[in-house]
Order: sequence, then structure tokens, then C-alpha cells
Amino acid sequence: MESSLQIAVVEENPLRAEILMTGLREAGHRNVLHIGQTKRLLQAIYDTDPDVVVIGLESPSRDTLEQLFQMSRVVKRPIAMFVDKSDRAAISAAIDAGVSAYVVGGLQKERVQSILDVCISRFNAMARMQDELERAKTALEERKVIDRAKGILMRAKGLDEEEAYHLLRKTAMNEKKKIAEIAQSVVMAAELLR
Amino acid sequence: MTDKVTAGFIPLVDAAALLVATDFGFAEEEGLEIELIREVSWANVREKLSAGIFDIAHLLAPMAIASSLDLMPGSVPLTAPYVLATNGNAITVSPTLLREIKAELAGEEPRPLATAKALARIAIRRKREGGSVLTFGSTFPFSCHTYQLRFWMAAGGLDTDADLRLVVLPPRYMVESLKAGEVDGFCVGAPWNFVAAEQGLGHTLHYGCEIVQQLTEKVLAARCDWAQRHENVLIRLMRAVSAAAAFASRPENWDACCERLSAPDRIKAGREQIKGALSGSFGIQAEKNFLILGAGLWGRPDETQAAWLYSQMVRWGQVCSQPSPNEAAQSVFSPILFDRVFGHAFDTGETPLMPSDGLGAFAGPLFKKERIAEYLAAT
Repeated sequence: MESSLQIAVVEENPLRAEILMTGLREAGHRNVLHIGQTKRLLQAIYDTDPDVVVIGLESPSRDTLEQLFQMSRVVKRPIAMFVDKSDRAAISAAIDAGVSAYVVGGLQKERVQSILDVCISRFNAMARMQDELERAKTALEERKVIDRAKGILMRAKGLDEEEAYHLLRKTAMNEKKKIAEIAQSVVMAAELLR
Repeated sequence: MTDKVTAGFIPLVDAAALLVATDFGFAEEEGLEIELIREVSWANVREKLSAGIFDIAHLLAPMAIASSLDLMPGSVPLTAPYVLATNGNAITVSPTLLREIKAELAGEEPRPLATAKALARIAIRRKREGGSVLTFGSTFPFSCHTYQLRFWMAAGGLDTDADLRLVVLPPRYMVESLKAGEVDGFCVGAPWNFVAAEQGLGHTLHYGCEIVQQLTEKVLAARCDWAQRHENVLIRLMRAVSAAAAFASRPENWDACCERLSAPDRIKAGREQIKGALSGSFGIQAEKNFLILGAGLWGRPDETQAAWLYSQMVRWGQVCSQPSPNEAAQSVFSPILFDRVFGHAFDTGETPLMPSDGLGAFAGPLFKKERIAEYLAAT
């Protein structure tokens, strides 16, 4: 689907902006424009005269955009928030993804639904990616702690690596805790006793 | 049993009553666990309140009315059963504009009427000479900041739509914008006026209470349907906030409060700046009414205040709907629940200032909440 709608993406974070822009272009929107510098936000909006404005909820400049509702004399076309207040599920989905959109002019909702849908799914995908990255980092941290705890046990009790790991695992099972937590206690105790 | 409440707030000193209620055990005493969520924009607060993500929020007083009257996108009927803070804003101007105003004043006392007239002469001269248009920042279209600025300027004879530019900026960007010369001045809450003054980038020209002596600045807001379904929770919340506001208003507790409130997950500002706002003793002259937290009767919502805020929406063209929903606006600030909760508990305590019309604006006729049209006609 090709769309001639002019979409302005207001997003200070370049990574988030790039993800949104790519998503929208892949969805067939040719006229997507990024407003990254929010200092002169209103001027940028007047200059580009978009049909739809997409803004991240992390942007403090969102209230500046709200001024557009108050300035019907200045803005040529009416502006409305895209998600209707009666549609709580849609509001929640947008909030969860961290995005909001404004529709300029009397555009039909159906025409822009796909735009917000793209933004929401892209932001959600990014959140998932960040989550996985976070988890990978945690896993790495845990492995490091377990290695240190093994080393401490090997030195203190004259065990080999295999035996040290078994001791950690057995204790974790008995205590109904994660191996990493037991390892953390060992490391902490060793530091206290040093 | 503990009830959980999710509360949104914007990092400003006038959120102190809600923050202290959470951090100093006042909520706990009422069997409440408040989860505080720091927000970056008032639009976000409004949306999360309407979507039910927040149960309650620290909100701009005029926004509670605007939302109830459906004047913004994403509006829902709200109730403001408790006043978190009265006053607390100030008008700051750049050093350059201050010099120009002083030159215009030519030795006259810098009272609001005199400075407003000076500003009018400056704005019109700039316009005539094709200089840069005078630009002022405020934090939201529906805010006391916007109304204080416009009220002050209009008293000096300015047409606030034609003679200068008013822009909305996030509080955090105010000082930066002043430094960059993008605005000549702004009206904002604490601690931002102090931050500008401290860095020598701005000069506090007027405290908000010099424009209007007593003005409801921030309220505790909840969706009407939530408030009805959770009245018991709301009542305990009001008691907790009342106790917290009383605690935070006492000088011996300022150090402890400022220590906690300055944290990154709270107001994230210098301790001294927060203390300056709480004590009203920052800058050239001490002003004990600079910021008044909602302790005692100061927490009681006032229909006259709602009516005045509504009158400003009419005056500045934010309300187009007819017939006039003045009574609907007043019902947002209904004191019925407050009076039921606190009864005569504060009869012997400190009472609000009570200017003769309940507001004490520096210009214009006395205000009567039943006669908004006559008031505006005479303004």
C-alpha cells in the first residue's frame, strides 16, 4: 500500500526515531519526516504542515504540541488526538508502547489507524529487544558471579571446579534459591571475611 | 489490609504534599501504598489518568476543569477533592528585558501595573521597529502560569495574542530557552525561577502572588468514576496528604523533606532550591505566601477559585461552548468531600488569607463567581 500522507515523527531519541521512520516507510508511507530538534517545534510543524504527528511519550515537548489545539487561528487545519477517549483499549496499547499521535485536518480514522499500529508494533518490538538484551546482560553477570564463587570455594575448601559447582548447586536446591543468588552470598561473605 | 494507589506527578516543588505523604509514612498510616510515577508532560499525566493507568495525579488546577469540560483531547470528567498547593509560580525575565523595563520605569516602583505598562511600551516599540517579537514561555495552555502572564500583560494594555508570542515549554527547558534567547521571559513553578536566578540568566520580576494573591495552583485529581468507586481510599489519601502538607510546612522538617525531595526519582533539584521554595525565602525579598502547601484549610477546594480559572478560559478564548458551563467548572472544585472528611478539625488553625473576593488580583474589578460575564466585561 502506498500512501501520500505526510507524517511528522517528533522524537528526540535518534534510535527510536529511526525505528519508527523505517517501520512507517516499510508500511508504504513515502512522506515521513523526522523532527528531532524540538526547540522550535511549532515552527517546524507549521513549515511541514503534516497530516499526522507522531510523538513519543518520553518527549517533554509533548506539551508544546498541545498548544496547537489552542491556536486554531494560527494553524490552518483542525487538529485532534488520534486515539479517541472512548477507546480505552487503544489508548492503553499506545501508552504501553510509549507513543501518541495527533491527526491534523479532518482525516478519516481508518486511514491513520495503520500508522499508529505500525508505531505501536515497532516500539513494542524495540522494547522486547531491549528486554532480551537486558536479560542477556544479566545472564552474563550471573555467570561471572558464579565463576568467582567457584574460585573462592576452590581455594577455601580445596575443591576442584566440578566439586565447587556441585556444592553451589546443592546448596541452591536445599535453600530453594537460584545458583546465582547463592554465589552472590559466597562472594559477599568472602569480601566481609577478607 | 493495604490499598494500592498509583499516582502520577510532574517533578515540581508543589507536588511536595503528595511526595512527602508517600515517603514519610503518612500514606502507610492510612493503610495506603502509593506508587509514584514521575512524568515528563502534563499531556501524559492526563492520558494515563483517563486510561486508568494512574488512579490519581498531581495536576494543574485549570487542567482538571478543562478536562471535565471536554476542552482538550483525551478529556474525561475529573474531580479535584484536595488542593495540593496554592501559588508558587513566578515571572522571570532575561537580564536584557529587565534593563529595558527598568529604563521604562525610570525610577518608578516595579509594581505589577507599572511593569506591565513598561512591557507594553517595549513590546509595541519592538513591533513598530521590526525587532524580534517579545516572547514568553508558560508550561501548558490550561495553567495558572498562562493566566498569570496574560492577566499581568493585559493590565498594562497589551493584546496578548497580537503584540507578543506566548509559547508552551516544558519547565525543564525554560532556563535553557532563556539562555538561548528563544524567550524573553517565562512564568513557571519552583524551582525553575530560582535556577535561572542562581545562574544569573534570569531575574524574578514578580511572584505569582503579586499578580493574584491567592490562586489554586495544583490539585489532587481523580477520574469521577474512580472517585465514586473508591471513596474510602480517596478519603484516606486526603488525610495522608493533609498530614504530609502540615509536616512539610513546618520549618524544622524542611531539611529532611528537601533531602528526600531532591532525589532523582522525586523532584531532582538542588536541596537549597527546594528549601527556598518551601520557605519562600529565595531571591531578593522573602514572601511567605510564595508557595502554600495544602495544610489545614489550605487543602480545601474552593468554587470561587474554579470560577475564576474558568473565567480566564473564557477571557482568553479557550472556551467556545454555549451556554456557559460555569457551574460545571465549579463542581470540579466541590468542597463537599473535604468538609465531610475534616469537619471542623481546622477551625482553630491558620486560615487562608482571604482577600475580600477570595482572589486578590492586582488589577480589575472584584470577582464574583455568579457574575463572570459582568466581571469580564469590566476587566
